[in-house]
Amino acid sequence: MTAYLAKRLAIAAITLALASMVVFAVLEIVPGDPARVMLGMNASEAQVGQLRQQMGLDGGPLQRYLHWTGNLLSLDFGRSYTYSVPVIDLIAERLAVSLPLALIALSLSTAIAIPVGLYAASRRGKAGDAISMGAAQLGVAVPNFWFALLLVYLFAVWLRWLPAGGFPGWSAGIWPALKALILPALALALPQAAILARVTRSALVEVLSEDYIRTARAKGMPWRKVLWGHALRNALIPVVTIMGLQFAFLLAGTIIIENVFYLPGLGRLIFQAITQRDLIVVESVVMLLVATVIAVNLIVDLSYALIDPRLRSRP
Amino acid sequence: MKSWTSFLAATAIVTALSLPAFAARTDLVIGIPLEPPHLDPTAGAAAAIDEVLYANVFEGLTRIGPSGEVLPALAESWEISDDGAVYTFRLRSGVTFHDGSAFDAEDVKFSLDRARAEDSVNAQKILFEAIDSVEAVDPATVKITLRHPQGAFLYNMGWGDAVIVAPESAGTNKEKPIGTGPFRFENWAKGASIRLAKADSYWGEPAYLDKVEFRIVPDAAAAVPALLSGDVQAFPFFQPDGVAQIEGDPRFRIEVGATEGETLLSMNNRKAPFDKLQVRQAISYALDRQAIIDGASAGLGTPIGSHQSPASKAYVDLTGAYPHDVARAKELLKEAGLENGFKTTIKLPPPSYARLGGEIIASQLREVGIDAEIIPVEWAQWLDQVFTRKDYDLTIVSHTEPNDIDIYARKDYYFNYDNPEFDRVIAELNLISDEAKRNELLRQAQKILADDAVVGFLYELPKVGVWDARLEGFWKDAPIQANDVTKVRWTD
Repeated sequence: MTAYLAKRLAIAAITLALASMVVFAVLEIVPGDPARVMLGMNASEAQVGQLRQQMGLDGGPLQRYLHWTGNLLSLDFGRSYTYSVPVIDLIAERLAVSLPLALIALSLSTAIAIPVGLYAASRRGKAGDAISMGAAQLGVAVPNFWFALLLVYLFAVWLRWLPAGGFPGWSAGIWPALKALILPALALALPQAAILARVTRSALVEVLSEDYIRTARAKGMPWRKVLWGHALRNALIPVVTIMGLQFAFLLAGTIIIENVFYLPGLGRLIFQAITQRDLIVVESVVMLLVATVIAVNLIVDLSYALIDPRLRSRP
Repeated sequence: MKSWTSFLAATAIVTALSLPAFAARTDLVIGIPLEPPHLDPTAGAAAAIDEVLYANVFEGLTRIGPSGEVLPALAESWEISDDGAVYTFRLRSGVTFHDGSAFDAEDVKFSLDRARAEDSVNAQKILFEAIDSVEAVDPATVKITLRHPQGAFLYNMGWGDAVIVAPESAGTNKEKPIGTGPFRFENWAKGASIRLAKADSYWGEPAYLDKVEFRIVPDAAAAVPALLSGDVQAFPFFQPDGVAQIEGDPRFRIEVGATEGETLLSMNNRKAPFDKLQVRQAISYALDRQAIIDGASAGLGTPIGSHQSPASKAYVDLTGAYPHDVARAKELLKEAGLENGFKTTIKLPPPSYARLGGEIIASQLREVGIDAEIIPVEWAQWLDQVFTRKDYDLTIVSHTEPNDIDIYARKDYYFNYDNPEFDRVIAELNLISDEAKRNELLRQAQKILADDAVVGFLYELPKVGVWDARLEGFWKDAPIQANDVTKVRWTD
C-alpha cells in the first residue's frame, strides 16, 4: 500500500512539472503584450516599454520560467500585472465562491444521479426506466449555459425567488450568498447528474444479473437491502471513476457558468486574466486547477481500495 | 366596530399616500460590461475605469458635459493670454479630498507634473505634451504655460486622464481611489461590484443618490434577465442586440444617443494593393453602410463619410462621396489592374460590431470580386498584431476617443497613412483656439480623408442606454466615456 501510494505521488509530481512547462510555453507563444493592453491605443511605444519594465516583463523566457517555478515551490504566486495585488489573494477571494459552488454542484448531482440510476435499474425495461433515462438523455444534450438562462428566466424573472446573477459576498450573510449560488449550482449539476445517472444505471444493471444477487434474493433478502447493500456497493467503482472525471469538467464548466451568472469566481478570474494578458494570474490559476485535478484523481484511485477490500491487498 | 374598520382604512390610505414621499429611492445598481483593471483613471486606457469614476469620484480642472461642452469643475474660471500660451486657472475654495485633506494649487501642479513626467504611465500622455510649466501662484491660482498655443487645451483638461489627485493618495488610487467628487469610493468586491456612497463634504450641488453600485455583468445574454428581474436598474451602455427583448416594456426606457466612436474598416495604406487610391475607393463604393448598421448594430447608428461625429458642430456630411455602387467599384478595380479581384484578409477583434460587421463586409466585398478571409482575433492580439506591428490588410474597429481626427497625422499610426497636406491642416488646427476657424479646418481635414478614402468610413457607434423608467438624469449621448450619475435620481 505504501509503495503504491509513493508511486502515485511520484507520478503526480512529474505530471505537475510537465504541466508547468506546457502552461508556460503556451502563454509565451500567445501573442499580446499586457502593457499595451493596459495603455490602449493612444500611448506611444516608448511609454509601453516604460510600463513593461515597471511590470517586470523584460528578461528572457528561461529566466522567467525558473523564477516563476522557483517562487511556486515556495508558494509565492507572484503579483497580478493588472490588479497589482498578490495573486494568492486574488485566488483566495475567488475560491470563496468557486469552491462552495463546485461542492454544492457535486453533491447536487450525486444526490440526483444515484437515486435516479437505482430507480431506472430496478425498473429496467419498464416505463419508469424509459422516462428517467429519456430525461437523462435530454440532460446530456442540453448545454449548461442554455440551461442556465432557462433557470434564470423561470426563477429570477418570472417567479422572482432567486437573483438573476451576481454574488453579494459571504459578509452579506450565509443565506443571501447561498441564494446566489443555487441557480448556478443547479445549472452545473444537472448535465453532470444526467451522465452520472446513466452510468449508475448501466453499472447496476450489470451487477443485478450476477449470481450473488440471485442468491441474496433466493435466501429471502428484501429487494431494497439487495439493491443498496449488495448491488450499489459493487457498482460503485465505475460511478466513482466518472465522478472523478466529472470534477475536471465541473471546473471547466464554472468558467462558462460564472460568466452567465457574473459570479466572481476562479472561472471569471481566469477568463478575464486571459483577455487582459495577465499572464502570471493565468499561469498560477491554471497550475492550481491542474493540481486540483491531479489530487482528485489520486483520491479516486485511493477510494477504490475503500470500496473494494480486495484491492487493499494488491501490491 | 364600524369606526374600527374605517380607522384601519383611513390609516391604510394615509400610509399609501405618504409612502412615495419618504420612499423615494436613493440607491441604484448600474450594470457595466467590463470590470476596470484598477481604479486610477490617470494610469490606464480602459474605458471601464472612467465609466465608474469620472465625474463621480474624480474631477479635473474642467469637465466635459452631457453634450461634449467644456464646463468649469475644480477651476471656477480661467484667463487665456492673448498669444494663447498662458492659462491662468482660478480654483474653487473649500474643496477637500475624500480623505479629508484640502485641495489647492499644489495638488494641481502635482497631478499635471506627474502625468507628463518622463516615467509617466498615463495612457493619454499626449494630452499634456504642450505643457511647458505648471506654477502654483497661490493656493487658489494655477498658471500653466504652453510650449505653443493649443486649441483643445481646455477640452484636454476635462479628460478622465487629467483628473486632479492628491500626492498623499496618488500611489494607492488603483485600489482605493480618493478624489474630490460628489461620491466617495466605498468598496470593491473584485469580479463582482464597485460601490460608491454620497460624499457629505462635497463642495458643489450634492448628488441625489446615497448609494451607487456598479455591478459587473459581462455577458450580454445575462443583462436582459438582470434588468427584468430588477436586480440591476440601469445599463447605460447596453448591447444593441438586446434591445428587442426590452422594447415595448413600459417599465423601461431605452435612449439611443451618439458616441464619439467612429467605426472604421481600416486599411493598411502602405501595403499593396491598398496603397492604390483606386483600390481604397473601390472598397468604399462596395460598402453598403445601411446593411452593415442593420446587421451589426440592430439598425442603430448613423452612417459617416469621414472621421467626425455627426453630433459635432464641425461635422460635414460626406456619406455621399462613395455611395454603394458595385459597378463603379468594379470599374475602379479594373483601372487599378485588378479586374479579377484579389485575395486579402480581415482581422476582427471581439466586439460584436466587428465580428458581425466583418461577415457582412466580407460578403459585400465578394460582390466586387475581393475575397477577404475572416480572421477573428482577441483584443490583446489585435493590439499586438494590428495596432503595434501593423501586420494586417483590413480590420474593423471603433475609434472611441473624442475629437481624434489628428490620429491620421500621427507618424507610424496603424493606418500607415501619410499626406503632408493633411498634416499641415492638423498642425494649423493645433495652434488655433478660435472655434469658427477650428471648425473650418476640421471640415477641410474631413474632406481630405474622404478624398483619399483612407479607410472605409462605416458608422458612428450608437450609445444605447436602458434604465428603469422611473429614473432620470442619465446622459443620452456619450461625448466621453463616462457614467456621470451625479444628477441621476428616482422620480417617485
